[in-house]
Amino acid sequence: MLRFLTRRAIGAVLTLVIIAAVTFFLFFAVPADPARLACGKACPPELLEQARHNLGLDQPLFAQFTAWLTGIFAGRDYAGLGHCPAPCLGYSFVNRAPVLETILDRLPVTVSLTIGAAVIFLLFGVATGIVAALNQGRPLDKITSVSSLVGSSLQIYFVGTLALYFLVYENQILARPQYLPFTEDPLAWAAGLTLPWVVLSIIFTAGYTRMTRSTMVEQLGEDYVRTARAKGMKARSVTLRFALRGTLTTVITIFGVDLGALIGGAIITETTFGLQGLGRLSINAVTDSDLPVLMATVLVAAGAIIVFNIVVDALYAFIDPRVRLN
Amino acid sequence: MSTPFLSVQDLTVDFHTEDGVVHAVDGLSFGVEKGTTLGVVGESGSGKSVTALAVLGLHSPETAKMSGGILLDGRELIGAPRSVMERIRGNKAAMIFQDPLTSLSPYHTIGRQIGEVFRRHTGASRAAARDRAIEMLTRVGIPQPKLRVDDYPHQFSGGMRQRAMIAMALVCDPDLLIADEPTTALDVTVQAQILDLLRDLQEQTGTAIILITHDLGVVANTAHEVLVMYAGRAVERGTVREVLGEPHHPYTWGLLASMPRLSTPVDAPLRPVRGTPPSLINVPSGCPFHPRCDYPALAGPELCRTERPELSPRHGHGDACHLTLAQKQEIVR
Ligand SMILES: Nc1ncnc2c1ncn2[C@@H]1O[C@H](COP(=O)(O)OP(=O)(O)OP(=O)(O)O)[C@@H](O)[C@H]1O
Ligand code: SF4
Ligand SMILES: [Mg+2]
Repeated sequence: MLRFLTRRAIGAVLTLVIIAAVTFFLFFAVPADPARLACGKACPPELLEQARHNLGLDQPLFAQFTAWLTGIFAGRDYAGLGHCPAPCLGYSFVNRAPVLETILDRLPVTVSLTIGAAVIFLLFGVATGIVAALNQGRPLDKITSVSSLVGSSLQIYFVGTLALYFLVYENQILARPQYLPFTEDPLAWAAGLTLPWVVLSIIFTAGYTRMTRSTMVEQLGEDYVRTARAKGMKARSVTLRFALRGTLTTVITIFGVDLGALIGGAIITETTFGLQGLGRLSINAVTDSDLPVLMATVLVAAGAIIVFNIVVDALYAFIDPRVRLN
Repeated sequence: MSTPFLSVQDLTVDFHTEDGVVHAVDGLSFGVEKGTTLGVVGESGSGKSVTALAVLGLHSPETAKMSGGILLDGRELIGAPRSVMERIRGNKAAMIFQDPLTSLSPYHTIGRQIGEVFRRHTGASRAAARDRAIEMLTRVGIPQPKLRVDDYPHQFSGGMRQRAMIAMALVCDPDLLIADEPTTALDVTVQAQILDLLRDLQEQTGTAIILITHDLGVVANTAHEVLVMYAGRAVERGTVREVLGEPHHPYTWGLLASMPRLSTPVDAPLRPVRGTPPSLINVPSGCPFHPRCDYPALAGPELCRTERPELSPRHGHGDACHLTLAQKQEIVR
């Protein structure tokens, strides 16, 4: 286990450095001048030069990248802004705010949104998938498959906008979506996120229902499930203890991927509901050519995906004794 | 004559599929006594497994329509409630399958899989079930059973897995054991060991065994009675000596001729029964074997094509063919 984790952690760091490098050099492939944006509209040439120097943009590209990279591990000094202790992600080109603080500020929004929705769509999707699989071909199965088809063809901004209009503005059934810290008022936290959770879940549940159903149907046809029945095990224990076990492997894989992607930023959801999470932050960073912020959001998104991948692989070993981690 | 321990009477199993109704078993009757082994042989698709699964009530009632009678120890199993069948399966009647690797759960230890059958049917404690599992592993000849009881199936060799399957099937001392090609997935030496094991266990417990196989050699060595199946029907039935020594049915002749013998030279071509197995959706009229048979002309110009031959005589060595005994003896000679 320890060997597995060390090996994967090293791999993860290398992957992140490569992703960061690619992002960094791609950024400069696009002709936009961050210094001009930082300096403002009517910017005299000498101020522009000063801004360029302060942002470190007058250095060669490679030196800029290594400075950014070492900043994360050792901290770095900025002309005019002072020392930025490790892990230093730099200062925003746009508002000079320390990027680390901004990220830590936005992360809880995205994490709350993701975790809440994930709990709903995982439980609901797996449950409906099981029910459908156990009622293969019967009306209940058909209803589930039609609704999941409808669900998966819906778009977040469409459903979200409709829900906002009818449930919040017209009828005040649900609270206006907003983020309030969990630690201050858990109830207000949940109330403010209910609508985004539900809308995000509607889209994701469909996929889990279909995946659970098809894997479960496959599992129910496995020889060892037949053996369990031939041993006289009760029908319910056959499905739960035997067939579900194999189904979980598949579900967990996809769940890990989805969680990673969502932590990286549920861009459309956050935009639709006006939530200031990482997704919004990254979109703004792109439009503002705010390199430090952009780099940080990419790092968090890629990091989340990599971490969940490692967690999934470790979970496999617990679920399936045939999987060995070395 | 009293009813045998397991008595299958006029069993029919139809599957309703998109292509039509599959008549997988059609009017099949046989019996098995305690302490004896019935060998069931027949080509692929002749309905052997479907019959086995029917006895344990393992077909889904939605796709499989069953009729006829299956009496186990005098009790009718067709139409019995699910809870009753669940009590019988693994307890009074158990089954072992062809591929022990896929038939054992990869997620649970061998000991757990054996023990849970015991707990389910006897209500024993976890510890008692574990002891019982170790005892069963010892009986089927697994070395170091106290250690191996905590292994997962993938840590066992093929032969050991099949031994574990047998241990699992026998843990509740069933009166009937159905073995569906228990040795097909194993190599020859292991095959012989497994068959010896089954025979030894039968001597100790008096279990009735149905042994399904493609291999007439296996039947000759292990079975007391033989049932030859073709297109879901019994075409010949009798003791091993009768059926293999003095076969009456043209299909049995074909099967015996297709069997490689020690005396045949290695390069002699294998002779499968001529033609291909029939469709079970449109089963040939009359004798279902007639499109592949060499002798319909001998039995009468239209008889084989129009009239279904019944298994006769009703007891003892019987076969389903329109030829007279004299004609058969003439052909065999
Ligand atoms: N669930 C099912 N639905 C439809 N048809 C089925 C089903 N199960 C079996 N059959 C059909 O019934 C026929 C008999 O199958 P069965 O498995 O009993 O053959 P078998 O004699 O055991 O052959 P083998 O030697 O290959 O194991 C086959 O044609 C098969 O396709
Ligand atoms: S009944 Fe006719 S077709 Fe069938 S086996 Fe006998 S001779 Fe052949
Ligand atoms: Mg079979």
